[in-house]
Amino acid sequence: MVVLLAVFAVVSVALAPLGRLLGRRVFFVAALVPLAAFVHALAVGPGIVAGQAFVERYEWIRELDFAISLRLDTLSWVLALVVTGVGSLVLLYCVWYFRADEKDLGRFAAILLAFAGSMYGLVLADDVFLLFVFWEATTVFSYLLIGHYTTRKSSRGAALQALLITTLGGLVMLVGLVLLAVATGTSSLSGIVAEAPSNSLTATAVFLVLVGALSKSAIVPFHFWLPAAMAAPTPVSAYLHAAAMVKAGIYLIARLAPGFAELPGWRELLVTLGVLTMIVGAWTALRQHDLKLLLAHGTVSQLGFLTVVVGYGSRDSALAGLALLLAHALYKSTLFLVVGVVDHRAGTRDLRKLSGLGREAPILATIAALALASMAGLPPTFGFVAKEAVFTSLLTGATGGTGWGWIALVGVAVGSVLTVAYSARFFWGAFARKSGVETVRPVREDFDFLFPPATLALSGLALGLLASPVDYWISGYANQIPQKSGAAYHLALWHGLEPALGISALTLVAGVLLFLFRNPVFLTQSRLGVGISAGDAFWVSMRFLDRTASRTTSITQRGSLPFYLGVILLVFTVGVGAALALNRTWPTDWRLWDYPAQLAIGVVMVVAGVAATRAGKRFQAVILVGVTGFGLSALFALQGAPDLALTQVLVEVVTLVAFVLVLRRLPARLGEQHGTAHRGIRAMIGAAVGIVMALAAVVALGARTAPRISLEWPQLAFEQGHGRNVVNVALVDLRAWDTMGELSVIIAAATGVASLIFISSRTDNLPRVPRREARKTIRDRQVRAKDSLTGDASRTSWLFAGRTLATRNRSILLEVVVRLIFHAVIVVSVYLLFAGHNTPGGGFAGGLVAGLALVTRYLAGGRYELGAAAPIDAGKLLGTGLVLAAGTAVVPLFFGLDALTSAFFESDVWLFGHVEFVTSTIFDIGVYFVVIGLTLDVLRSLGAEVDRQQEEETEGARS
Amino acid sequence: MSVSIVLVVVMALLYACAVYLMLERSMTRVLLGFLLAGNATNLLILIMAGEAGLAPIVGNGVAAEDMADPLPQALILTAIVITFAVSAFLMALIYRSWRLARADDVEDDADDVAMRAGMARLLGEQAAASSDTEFGTRAQAAVSSARDLEEQDGPAAAESADSGWTEPETGRAR
Repeated sequence: MVVLLAVFAVVSVALAPLGRLLGRRVFFVAALVPLAAFVHALAVGPGIVAGQAFVERYEWIRELDFAISLRLDTLSWVLALVVTGVGSLVLLYCVWYFRADEKDLGRFAAILLAFAGSMYGLVLADDVFLLFVFWEATTVFSYLLIGHYTTRKSSRGAALQALLITTLGGLVMLVGLVLLAVATGTSSLSGIVAEAPSNSLTATAVFLVLVGALSKSAIVPFHFWLPAAMAAPTPVSAYLHAAAMVKAGIYLIARLAPGFAELPGWRELLVTLGVLTMIVGAWTALRQHDLKLLLAHGTVSQLGFLTVVVGYGSRDSALAGLALLLAHALYKSTLFLVVGVVDHRAGTRDLRKLSGLGREAPILATIAALALASMAGLPPTFGFVAKEAVFTSLLTGATGGTGWGWIALVGVAVGSVLTVAYSARFFWGAFARKSGVETVRPVREDFDFLFPPATLALSGLALGLLASPVDYWISGYANQIPQKSGAAYHLALWHGLEPALGISALTLVAGVLLFLFRNPVFLTQSRLGVGISAGDAFWVSMRFLDRTASRTTSITQRGSLPFYLGVILLVFTVGVGAALALNRTWPTDWRLWDYPAQLAIGVVMVVAGVAATRAGKRFQAVILVGVTGFGLSALFALQGAPDLALTQVLVEVVTLVAFVLVLRRLPARLGEQHGTAHRGIRAMIGAAVGIVMALAAVVALGARTAPRISLEWPQLAFEQGHGRNVVNVALVDLRAWDTMGELSVIIAAATGVASLIFISSRTDNLPRVPRREARKTIRDRQVRAKDSLTGDASRTSWLFAGRTLATRNRSILLEVVVRLIFHAVIVVSVYLLFAGHNTPGGGFAGGLVAGLALVTRYLAGGRYELGAAAPIDAGKLLGTGLVLAAGTAVVPLFFGLDALTSAFFESDVWLFGHVEFVTSTIFDIGVYFVVIGLTLDVLRSLGAEVDRQQEEETEGARS
Repeated sequence: MSVSIVLVVVMALLYACAVYLMLERSMTRVLLGFLLAGNATNLLILIMAGEAGLAPIVGNGVAAEDMADPLPQALILTAIVITFAVSAFLMALIYRSWRLARADDVEDDADDVAMRAGMARLLGEQAAASSDTEFGTRAQAAVSSARDLEEQDGPAAAESADSGWTEPETGRAR
């Protein structure tokens, strides 16, 4: 069985591409799969009939006691036969139903087959959670199938409605299933039913499960989704909405009935809702003009009927229920297929537009007549046999003294009268000759196309004639329920003259009368028109939900970023502030400052910060913010953090340069000071955040009692990291993972900068200065140096690309200085990189210094000079850096060590003396490259590329 | 552990200035606020390191207890460089916004404004009355009153793109 399920899944996946290849013939392939499952079910039939149950179990999630367990007993077997048999016939029917040029046939076939597979799994599943998985799968596939005509609004709306209703039911059911599994200690469905404890918890659980079942089977008050779902292609309606999916709910009720039918409320609920559904559905069906809608409402009615009988829960009614389920699947899918043929032929399903089809299509009419006879309960069809059994079993219950038996019997009888009436109306509407309506044109009947409905209709007839063997085949399910009194009922075509036959005859006569007086009946119906339907209620509530959502959105989503930020900060202030107010660990030990210079530096920083908020010009504000940064680096230096001081100073300089590069394109003045809120409110939020942060800092420090963890670090750094500079060793060795994360952030930011500025491509387009040309420049310079003696005024170029700049943009002083210091600065950066392990410095500082060297080249010589100074693409630098860093992380793994473990080598090298080397230095080199890459990316984006765009614009303006 | 009041006050004031600037609409001011917040946060971590000490460099007989705490220093070092990377990104954003829109301001989101003003229409998908056929005039022997599905599909197909909100009618003129 699991193999078959797998085949369903695999073939479904393969169908979509096959559809493009095979066109409509893809359905032949699809039909083979359920056919195989059908044959398998037939093959195990003798065992099932003999009372055997086939069980397969595969562990899945052992911790949750969740297994793929399948169980084939009589009930599952009957359902499996229906699902696979009708499934293969419907798939076959699709071959002729769809036009060759229909779109998405492959997808449709795939989903329909996947649905068949889930349905097959649903009836086989023994584990309740597996059952739920299949249950929801059918819901999703049904959504896709109902919405097959994606361009039609009605289809999409109906699909969504069906999805919402059945998913809602499914979720409620899941809660019930979990409760049941907990209450009984097993997630096996058969185990739960066998145990069937009757306490209030299980009762609640069972009713929750029933909500799911009733919503799936379109029982009042969930009935309205089914008629709307008729927007699906007709084969879907024939399969999902007649034979398979809507039966899932009935199946679940039938599954639980042997254990829980005696629960207080079970019978009352199911009989009431069932009778109500049966009558409402049939009554509405009588009013329909669209044949398909007539069938849809009829199906709702029949599902109510099934609910009453299956839910009634006596041994005889269980037998009758299963027989009725089988009969209904056969005749209802036949009728849907017939409607499909009618529509295919006449281009309409409206019974007011059809006339004389019976004469033109006698075979079709015969098939329909057979199915309708079964639906109305005419002998010798299987529908008749089932209905006899229903009446007898309910009558036995009623005379046995339960009031609910009478209610069920009377309700079902009234429903049957209406059923007979709408069956007649269907036949008349589809096939009769009507005066004043144009007769359909004659067309040869296509036997291939009629094969599926004919097979289904004939099986309905055959089963009727074989009533006694059928009784033997399927009574295994009913026999689970003990017979209370009297002899067990058996299905048969002829029981002799008995009350049930009388009731049948009565309903037939009344139904036919109702049909004959259809005009007065129709008028009465119109007059009795109901005000509000469940469907309207659904839409009203959906609309309410939409409105509420939109209102909530418009209140919370103001669209203003400062507003959001303000709200976040307020929440932060209130939340952290409240926590601080409850704090009891205030520090007792205060000091004004560590050293007096702190006060001086602090005053400078605060003044600069406050002035930055009031600055009217961009450069002014930037410089002021820079001052706070330099102040901070002074604090670092005095606090005992030389590495930080160095890095902070370098970063401040680079930031300043980057800022200047951007700001040269923006107007000098900062625009009007405007925010969403009044200035005072912003100042208050700012003050509140500042105060809360200060209190948080004070409390956090005051709460600290344990000695700091980093007391061990100096020793660790020296002995294991082989470095004296603890901070640097921490970055590249002790806490190198942090640095690794940081490198990724830097690379992402650098790439982001480049992609924001380079609008068309990311590749480096710095102008290159070929080596030969560079050499020529130098030769020129020597020549000119000689010339200058003779008084030539033309300037000497100190840099490779110096002469590419306009004369007014050049500064000889700058060029000379850069020329003199560039190489020295690069050497310093390399020194910082390698010395950083033992003295202040390291990859970050070294990289920034190298970056600054590039900055000087760019500032002095423009973008050509930058291209000459950094002949490597920034992206490649970033990549090399990351590869080096990641390499240091990965390589130790090959030696069976933890990632990022460093190794130490030392030896005496001739001329250099004693040389020590730690592999974490390679990591630091990676950092070095990444930082240079970042600076270069900033320079070539905000510098060179912005220059180029500016030149382009000026040229564009000039021409 | 004792607290240096001066440092805490400087940090609090820097945060206040930063928040004040970040609540502005001018993107340049937001970036300045971001930088100030970065400095304030680094200061916060420095405060958490406790009292000042000697540089955490092993040798010269400095005891671990006399050193400044190296752990916060490693964190700050990382934070400094990341602040630079992110502010470079923000600068690129500012430049791009200026180049493309000549605007240095954070504008309100047009869709949200439209919703607030009730300009966006709500389109619930009600299951409309389905037609009585799937084939209509394309059927084998269509009756003369059969519907033309092409006609029916026409407007529905145009609608198919929407499933929730319509685009607000007025976009910002850019």
